[in-house]
Amino acid sequence: MRPFKYTEVTDPAVATRSVAANAQAKYLAGGTNLVDLMREYIATPNELVDIKPLGLSQISPTSNGVSIGALARNSDTANHPLIRKEYPLLSMAILAGASPQLRNMATNGGNLMQRTRCPYFYDIALPCNKREKGSGCSAVEGLNRTHAILGHSADCVATDPGDMANALYALDAVVKVRGLDGKERSIPVNEFHRLPGDSPEKDNVLVHGELITGIDIPKNKFAARSYYLKVRDRASYAFALIAVACAIEMDGDRVKQARIVLGGVAHKPWRSTEAEKIVVGKKADKGTFEAAATAALAGAKPLSHNAYKIDLSKRAIVVALERALAG
Amino acid sequence: MKDNLEGIDLEPYGETALNPDEERILDDLGIFGADRRKFLGQSLSSVIGLFAFQLLAKEQAVGAITPSSEALYAAQIGVENAVDVTFKVNGVSKNLAVDSRMSLLDALRERLDLTGSKKGCDQGQCGACTVIVDGRRVLSCLTLAATCKGKEVTTVEGFAKGDELHPIQAAFIKYDGFQCGYCTPGQICSAVALLDEAKRGDVSHATADVRKTGTGLKLSSDEIMERMSGNICRCGAYPGIVAAIAEVNSGKQTAATWNFASEDDIAAVMRTEDKNDATV
Repeated sequence: MRPFKYTEVTDPAVATRSVAANAQAKYLAGGTNLVDLMREYIATPNELVDIKPLGLSQISPTSNGVSIGALARNSDTANHPLIRKEYPLLSMAILAGASPQLRNMATNGGNLMQRTRCPYFYDIALPCNKREKGSGCSAVEGLNRTHAILGHSADCVATDPGDMANALYALDAVVKVRGLDGKERSIPVNEFHRLPGDSPEKDNVLVHGELITGIDIPKNKFAARSYYLKVRDRASYAFALIAVACAIEMDGDRVKQARIVLGGVAHKPWRSTEAEKIVVGKKADKGTFEAAATAALAGAKPLSHNAYKIDLSKRAIVVALERALAG
Repeated sequence: MKDNLEGIDLEPYGETALNPDEERILDDLGIFGADRRKFLGQSLSSVIGLFAFQLLAKEQAVGAITPSSEALYAAQIGVENAVDVTFKVNGVSKNLAVDSRMSLLDALRERLDLTGSKKGCDQGQCGACTVIVDGRRVLSCLTLAATCKGKEVTTVEGFAKGDELHPIQAAFIKYDGFQCGYCTPGQICSAVALLDEAKRGDVSHATADVRKTGTGLKLSSDEIMERMSGNICRCGAYPGIVAAIAEVNSGKQTAATWNFASEDDIAAVMRTEDKNDATV
């Protein structure tokens, strides 16, 4: 790990000023991803600004839903009575990720900022456009069993590794960010992460120095029918090969509203509005769900080793929707 | 090596200068008091000399750098980007000047001589370094020591009250919850925290319905396995680990299926073996 200056901040204005003033500075929250990246020389900041003393850990109801602090722990968020009762999809997604120890350390803001687990991104001996722009992509012609099937580019086929974000996409969450001018801006979560294009080094739309302060989730009627399905190489404590975050609101025997988000298939959580449109107004049965699954994967372009993800995703969407429907 | 040690006065490195682990090693060897000092002297030219040399050199080094203050220590050895951290470890207040890069795990092992917490992968994947910070289990390898100001850390050394083991520790022995033991300190810390989480009513990926709330959860094997998934055991002692946790969590004692052999048991086995040898 490279040497770095460590400072704690208790004032958000000081935090943004400190990081904005130094292109090599980074915020430190739970550290579960950043410390690891630093130990592997993938991240080499010369200054860490520890934002944990800022607080920002409240989870509180608002007139239009719930507001979750950026620095609330993943474990506290997943176990909060309001989240469990009204937004169970978020609890389920968080609990499907990492281990209890990591969820106790990881924060919600940090979770949104975590980087891909593409093995080539982690291997500093090999080219990677995300780690070093312009160096090339080792995965596109390499071992790409765990990589993207949707939205990838010639420059990058990495996937977003998160679980929590998949649920936030389904729940229309909004990321609240404090800008360098001290003003707050709101970013709908599905506009927070980027597709790789020719700039895979940028995971999201934040400007250096901007600080995530919280996440808002609007009220919804999905609590009775939502499900998070994660398919992975072992039963627990592994990243998703694919994941499905889905939620249904019924009107009699017809679907009134639906949310279908895939994880592990793209550079960002992949919300399929095409699939959602197919189920709305229809009877909630297997035929409808299969049609939705087909639509969700219509644009999939598999790599040499991951064509299996297409059928796996389709089956997972159907199963997840059936389980959500069953409540 | 002998030459290097000739100038060292052994007297200061008598019993009181050894740390508890080192005391225990010599106790286990049955070497006490004057014999212990003699052993250390004699062993310089023996096969065990390397061990003794390291032990003595460490004693001397620790003696030389024991700082009047941590700031002095930092200055003496040139700690880069030193951060002053005062925190409690197993109930005792500690003050350290740490390099900003130092993990909590390294601070515990290399600075505070608490070598119970183990370094397995050092990248947050194995759980061997699990400790409890402010009541929550965390990975000490991914926790920077600099972030621990004012925190209360409990390591595996902090559970037993004298000779009285924590119920989880006793259950791990009863159910053979380990083989090589390397992952065990992390498993124990994780299991102790798990019990508190179950008491609070925390849910897991194995919980059928996260919407249902309740406290004092009695956990199924599936629940225990999921909740312990952050602690890898390469020996595969999982069945014993799950059984140990299940017993403490449920409060229902079951009979032990094995026990340590008594002297009589061993004598009986020896007699049988002698007889067998005689018939060969």
